[in-house]
Amino acid sequence: MPQLPCIIIGASHAAAQLAPSLRQEGWDGPILVVGDESFIPYHRPPLSKAYLLGEKTVDELLIRPADAYGRHGIEFRLGVRVESIDRQAKTLTLASGEELAYAKLAICTGTRVRTVNLPGSELAGVHYLRNIEDIDRIRQVVRPQGRAVIVGGGYIGLETAAVLNQLGMQVTVLEMADRVLARVTAPQVSAFFQRVHEQEGVSIQTAVAVSGFAGDGRVERVLCADGRLFAADLVIIGVGVVPNVELAAQAGLATDNGILVDACARTADPDIVAVGDCTLHPSPYYGFIRLESVPNATEQAKSAAAALCGKDKPYAALPWFWSDQYDVKLQIAGLNQGYDQVVVRGDREVGRSFCAFYLKQGKLIAADCVNRPQEFMFSKRLITENIEVNAQQLADEDIQLKSLLVPVDAALPLN
Amino acid sequence: MPVIKYIQPNGQAVEFEVPLGSSVMQGAMDNMVEGIVAECGGACSCATCQVYVDPAWMEIVGPACDFEQDMLSAASDVRSNSRLSCQIEITPELHGLIVSMPG
Ligand SMILES: Cc1cc2nc3c(=O)[nH]c(=O)nc-3n(C[C@H](O)[C@H](O)[C@H](O)COP(=O)(O)OP(=O)(O)OC[C@H]3O[C@@H](n4cnc5c(N)ncnc54)[C@H](O)[C@@H]3O)c2cc1C
Ligand code: FES
Repeated sequence: MPQLPCIIIGASHAAAQLAPSLRQEGWDGPILVVGDESFIPYHRPPLSKAYLLGEKTVDELLIRPADAYGRHGIEFRLGVRVESIDRQAKTLTLASGEELAYAKLAICTGTRVRTVNLPGSELAGVHYLRNIEDIDRIRQVVRPQGRAVIVGGGYIGLETAAVLNQLGMQVTVLEMADRVLARVTAPQVSAFFQRVHEQEGVSIQTAVAVSGFAGDGRVERVLCADGRLFAADLVIIGVGVVPNVELAAQAGLATDNGILVDACARTADPDIVAVGDCTLHPSPYYGFIRLESVPNATEQAKSAAAALCGKDKPYAALPWFWSDQYDVKLQIAGLNQGYDQVVVRGDREVGRSFCAFYLKQGKLIAADCVNRPQEFMFSKRLITENIEVNAQQLADEDIQLKSLLVPVDAALPLN
Repeated sequence: MPVIKYIQPNGQAVEFEVPLGSSVMQGAMDNMVEGIVAECGGACSCATCQVYVDPAWMEIVGPACDFEQDMLSAASDVRSNSRLSCQIEITPELHGLIVSMPG
């Protein structure tokens, strides 16, 4: 009897690492990746950066070329949706009705954009941003001097604003909260990004609730609850994502704001793992978390591959993120949830280089580093190595973070 | 197409043709060479694509930009011939380049 495959649902970052890692861990059966997009796994972060800007082609987005998978016996079924999982029979049902049997299963279904249900949100010219096809559609509407309105001032909204601005559009960002990036950064960092965007010519409006869209056949205006109107040739809505947990939930696996897994990416079913944006997993630093980041998908995939081959390789990496806007390279070490103190190093009021450190009960838990690669790298280590630091050291530019890495009693004279 | 020689952490050397305009990192990813992670996909943000360039090739490869140097100066296991492989673009001059992957 031919060996049954390990099937991976979702062909993106998690799958692109999981499939080859399975081979490295010794899985010698077939590997089949089933994905509902029409591409083999590609880098999603450049969508709102180099790809929207037109600096990268689809081929350059691919995480690996097709033949790299072929050489390792990794097969794809693309443009196909998995509709359900039968854990008793160990089969999947595809949208076509076809059934596939599996030996092992990996759920890597990621997230989908949160959609809004407002009058006019179905008009042509109103877009979301998650995959290649979204960007291809958006690019058709981009033209110099055109007016773009971005709904939502999160990272993806701001990156998109920066690119459309660089492409010559007049860009307005509408944010419901009283500052951009309100969910993810301290007010000091929000104020910095607002300043940078305004310097570049993007208009940022905060504390404004969008109430609908209007236009004759295609969007022409964005309407706000306070009565304001914004003219628009292009609207991009970036108000967050929701995890794709339904498949797992219907199969009776535990889900919350994500598919519940352990540190080795295992669900309660010994033959099923889940990886990436769709998982709620334990972190040694922050408790149970769901992350939306490529490093998370990649690192967790390695643990999952080991788990599927019967080995324990718990995933314990520190979360980190990055965002590129104009000449600003933001690198974020750790998660700032629950912080009670923010310490700024460098001048955030002028220029484009500073750090914001987040402390919780006197302990460093995260750092937003703007054009400060060294501080980013050392912050990661200060957090993971649980090294005690104080606000004054962090704020003092004369104290190199590197010097804080050395425990005081082991410190050697510097030469 | 330039051929790049990758020495994997276990000492085994492998050679692959890597297209012009691609990067030493991408060449390693495309061929599933062991020893690098490349978490950020080449955005010079993670330093998980560090390689050691064969000393004889350092000059031809050229210097790292300031940002990369800063990343490297804070990375672990750095040596004087460390580079972030996503920042080494494949050019005709790099035919024969030898890099080794950290453990
Ligand atoms: C514009 C943009 C910019 C970003 N920038 C950054 C950044 O700078 N840095 C960073 O770290 N992260 C960034 N991210 C987030 C990053 O892309 C995600 O964390 C990453 O893609 C997660 O990978 P994943 O494999 O878990 O899930 P996803 O990439 O969401 O992939 C899941 C795949 O599964 C498919 N799927 C879902 N359900 C089914 C089904 N039933 N059957 C078949 N297929 C299914 C989906 O269509 C999708 O292709 C960005 C995301 C976007 C959209
Ligand atoms: S791949 Fe991240 S720095 Fe090179």
